[in-house]
Amino acid sequence: MTQPTPSAEPAPPGEPAPPPTGRPARDSEARSFGRNFLSALVEGNTVTVTFLAIVTAAVVGGLLSAFTDPTVLHAQAGDVIPRAWAAISATYVALFEGSIVNPHTLQALFQQASLPTALHDGYVSAVFRPLSETCVAATPLILAGLAVAVPYQAGMFNIGGQSQIIGGMIFAVWLGFDVSMPPFVHVVVCVAGGFAGGAVLGWLAGEIKARTGAHEVIVTIMLNYVMEYFLNFLLNSPSLLEAPGSNPVTPSIAADAHLPHLFGPSLRLNVGFLIALACAFGVWWLMNRTTTGFEFRAVGASASAARVAGMRVERSWALVMLIAGGLAGLAGASIVQGTDFAVNTSNYGSYGIDAITVALLGRGKPGGVVWAGLLFGALNAASGLMQSAANTPPQMVEVLESVVVLFIAAPPLIRTMFRLRATRAGGVGTTMSRGWNA
Amino acid sequence: MLLPAEPRVSRTRRFAGPVVFLAFGLVDILAFGRAHGSATLAFTPEFAKVTVPNLTLPASLTSIVCGALTLLLAAARLTDVLGLVRVGSPRATRRWRQIALGLVLFLFVLALLCWSDASQSSSGQQAIPINIVNLLQGSLSQSIPIMLGAITGVICSRSGVINIAIEGQLLLGAFVAALATTATGSLWVGLICGALAGCLVGGLLAVFAIAYVVDQVVLGVVLNGLVLGVTGYLYNSLMVPYSSTLNNPATFNPVKIPLIGDIPILGPVFFDSSPFLYITYAVLLMVSFGLFKTRWGLRTRAVGEHPVAADTVGIRVLALRYRNVIAAGLIAGVGGAYFTIGSVGSFGIDMTSGEGYIALAAMIFGRYTPVGALLAALLFGFTTELQSVLSSINVPIQSNLLLMTPYVVTIVVVAGLVGKVRGPKAEGVPYVKS
Repeated sequence: MTQPTPSAEPAPPGEPAPPPTGRPARDSEARSFGRNFLSALVEGNTVTVTFLAIVTAAVVGGLLSAFTDPTVLHAQAGDVIPRAWAAISATYVALFEGSIVNPHTLQALFQQASLPTALHDGYVSAVFRPLSETCVAATPLILAGLAVAVPYQAGMFNIGGQSQIIGGMIFAVWLGFDVSMPPFVHVVVCVAGGFAGGAVLGWLAGEIKARTGAHEVIVTIMLNYVMEYFLNFLLNSPSLLEAPGSNPVTPSIAADAHLPHLFGPSLRLNVGFLIALACAFGVWWLMNRTTTGFEFRAVGASASAARVAGMRVERSWALVMLIAGGLAGLAGASIVQGTDFAVNTSNYGSYGIDAITVALLGRGKPGGVVWAGLLFGALNAASGLMQSAANTPPQMVEVLESVVVLFIAAPPLIRTMFRLRATRAGGVGTTMSRGWNA
Repeated sequence: MLLPAEPRVSRTRRFAGPVVFLAFGLVDILAFGRAHGSATLAFTPEFAKVTVPNLTLPASLTSIVCGALTLLLAAARLTDVLGLVRVGSPRATRRWRQIALGLVLFLFVLALLCWSDASQSSSGQQAIPINIVNLLQGSLSQSIPIMLGAITGVICSRSGVINIAIEGQLLLGAFVAALATTATGSLWVGLICGALAGCLVGGLLAVFAIAYVVDQVVLGVVLNGLVLGVTGYLYNSLMVPYSSTLNNPATFNPVKIPLIGDIPILGPVFFDSSPFLYITYAVLLMVSFGLFKTRWGLRTRAVGEHPVAADTVGIRVLALRYRNVIAAGLIAGVGGAYFTIGSVGSFGIDMTSGEGYIALAAMIFGRYTPVGALLAALLFGFTTELQSVLSSINVPIQSNLLLMTPYVVTIVVVAGLVGKVRGPKAEGVPYVKS
């Protein structure tokens, strides 16, 4: 509900911008680079705190995987530590191999006679498959994360990602299978439909808040359930979205509504990822380079001050939620058109809630959301391999995500744990909350 | 004050009440009034000592009468909105509005029951009567975790801490109760451990919200994710391989209270249930009395409304907040234990399925009072139970649309059907001494 860092607040015109985080402060340019770097490191600024939070989460996750491993639980006293270490390393090796690169595929590639045959036989795409899967998993996370980040900067908290994703999916899938259009137009129309479907739901929550003062957290939580049941209703009504047959699933969308693959059919990476990156850039531009974005941030900093300055606060609320809903709707469209090609009762997944952790890890800024989305995308992409190779339950991903965000949200805790100094300027401000009634 | 006045809520919003009532009345008449035949409502559970005769109503006529009464209420509400009559103090007006809303819902449900019993697609045989006692009994048990979660929320909110982590408290309570009951073989040990698990989440919430002043809405959502992840992880890695030794708890049997448990209709509904229901009664009485009649309650409300003033008169704000948030966790922990040792037994991943969020809505719906939260929780429990009863007798109604209604109703209510719900002033605002 508040600005994650002081630097996210609109700087008053005329004053110099706060120094970029992660780099030495401006007043100490005289000192050597190394010393500045060191002091920035121990000061506990954004980058340090984020890094330490991730490391802490990895340690917590490692301990969890070690002390629930059957071989560790049944080990002799002297044997516990080596076995625990084996369990931890198996988990994290699988995480790396599932999300970034698997050395076996690399080895196989180098044993090929020539590059063209390797390309032809799919050895090259095997090397890049983990990275491709990471990006595919990151696409809806980035888009839905932006849907939380934009209202966050405007002082609102959007828990309704799930409802908006479902709204986007319904529109995208309906336009995808029920309407026939020329090839290129079809993709564009479906994506736009996804945006509109989410935007309607986001706008609804914003408009209700603007008109009646109902808190958007409650309204969006309720809308999540409303849309979940509405989707179930649609999927169980043959005259509406249900495909012939007994399963509650929609028909598959037409092939010309699929988002095109970027590197051929063997990798699932598709245009959706580029749309996500473009949206992140668009959000940055909107929030930092336009009057509308300035108004949003001003409303977020203080709604009453913005009202005094003559801004239409209610209009901003509705508009912010409309944009956010649209972004979440795009996440839904990217799932329907990029990977699943149909809608069933569960493929909206837990993106609505995961998006909140993504936005918090990214500190509500578009660039941060992209990195956070990639990180969590990597975790999601690797969870299958972690389960099959290291026997780690897929919930490990949820544990890691929430521990990271818990520590990120409480910078003083990380500082206390690692004995960092408080920052002078431009560091991580404590996330102060303003409560329901603000 | 130089600040411009807050923009007035739109004039049309005042008409939300009459319009909603009108809509309910029209549905009663136009949709349910078309039923053919008669509806039979049963009031006696199986094996009851005292039997009550079944009530048979003409379905169509009953629905139309219900609809007409609703329309009358809509007209009364309209005169109230237009200011044609004064019912006395604003407090009395609000009370009348609440009663009117309750009546409208009751008439709607009555019409719905008549319609559905008359139009069930019984294949030739006699129509099955709808057993009202079973319906109410089921609703009450469905709402136990929501009620307990909502009461936890009330205490936390009244002390000035937003608790969205109710969901996490319920889930961890369910997990730990199942684990502890299976491990020790004692239901009561399991119940206590479940309650302590709720405390643990409450403690985390308190530390991060009060000591590290983290945004409390964010914190609650993150804690829910953490509990979901940890319980799911431990379920997969420990409970699945060792299910007989770690996830095979017994469950509480219903306890019938002698004498009053035999009263027709009321007895089976209120006094023949699992101990969880009696715990809920006790908690409700204690919290209602405590919050509004004791020194602790006055201090708690002071801390939630105006911590600076409370501090000035010597109340230790942070200590009281810590105590209340952690103690309230006990209640939600018991609510969580209900999911496993109170009903189905073994634990399953995400078995609370968002009831903590519903409890949150019930708390706001109930205007941050224990009794109000309880009534709102009953509404949610009733719809769930009604849906399962109606689907079991093959009523041609879309169960998903029926399940959707409480959430839509909540939005309508929060958006101002019963007036603006105002939470404690300092809810969610960390108190930092300056």
